[in-house]
Amino acid sequence: MSSGGVVEHFSYIVTVFLMVAGLYVVMARGNLIKKLVGLSVFQTSVYLLYIAPGKLIGGTAPILAPQYTVYSNPLPHVLILTAIVVGVATLALGLAITVRIRETYGTIEEDEIIAADNAVQVAEDVRS
Amino acid sequence: MACSVWVLARTPNLFAVVVLSGIYSFLMATVLVALDAVDVAMTEAAVGAGVSTVLLLGALHLCKSEEAKPAHRPWLPLLLSVATAAVLIYGALGLPDFADPNAPIHQHVVPRYLQNEIDVPNVVTAVLASFRSYDTLGETTVVFTAGAGIIALLRRRKHPKSEGSSDGK
Repeated sequence: MSSGGVVEHFSYIVTVFLMVAGLYVVMARGNLIKKLVGLSVFQTSVYLLYIAPGKLIGGTAPILAPQYTVYSNPLPHVLILTAIVVGVATLALGLAITVRIRETYGTIEEDEIIAADNAVQVAEDVRS
Repeated sequence: MACSVWVLARTPNLFAVVVLSGIYSFLMATVLVALDAVDVAMTEAAVGAGVSTVLLLGALHLCKSEEAKPAHRPWLPLLLSVATAAVLIYGALGLPDFADPNAPIHQHVVPRYLQNEIDVPNVVTAVLASFRSYDTLGETTVVFTAGAGIIALLRRRKHPKSEGSSDGK
């Protein structure tokens, strides 16, 4: 198990790029839908993080057949199948919350939501 | 893929962002086929590119489809992201090489899965439904909870004085 250079770890570098891009979108953008898209990019990079180490050069997909002997690792595939479905469920829940926020505040921009909250707070302070 | 992510981070038009995320999902499915994960690729193309895009478009229909200009330059998140990337790449250099057959991931329990113990030729199906079926049970629990949460969140829109455009989620 030799710990090599950049070429042997290219898949990890791609994964890290996608992960950080998703993280950046989540942190830097105020729009809630855009944040959710960034979150799903982040999630997809995790799929790659799991699947890429399971690949073997010269292997095939893990469906048993007599003419093949080398198969890629099936375990990460199973875990990621679960993760994809859960990811869509959480995305749908996030979008439902976004729609509710939009109905309550009339906006899905983070700054404007915080401003509205602060305005309500100030009004309550003045009243009391 | 890098291009689509770059444009995705830059464009203010949310409709373009949603379409780009669909394209990104299809590209990811292609990469997964190249990595021998055909089942995952099918799921990603159907669920990631199909269902997610439909859900996002449905949410866009109910919200405004233009992003406001950010008030301040995003230097702090950018700096934090680059620092995280540097740390992660440094950590990844210590991981086993790509496609190394002696890596620990290929040693532990996987050879037993590949022996066709329960007579199902597709190993992914065998592991999903038999060896790790408790995972699948947990997954369905999560999906059920999410569905119940969505219904609870969107149901209350019916009786107040709302504009009343209900979607079929």
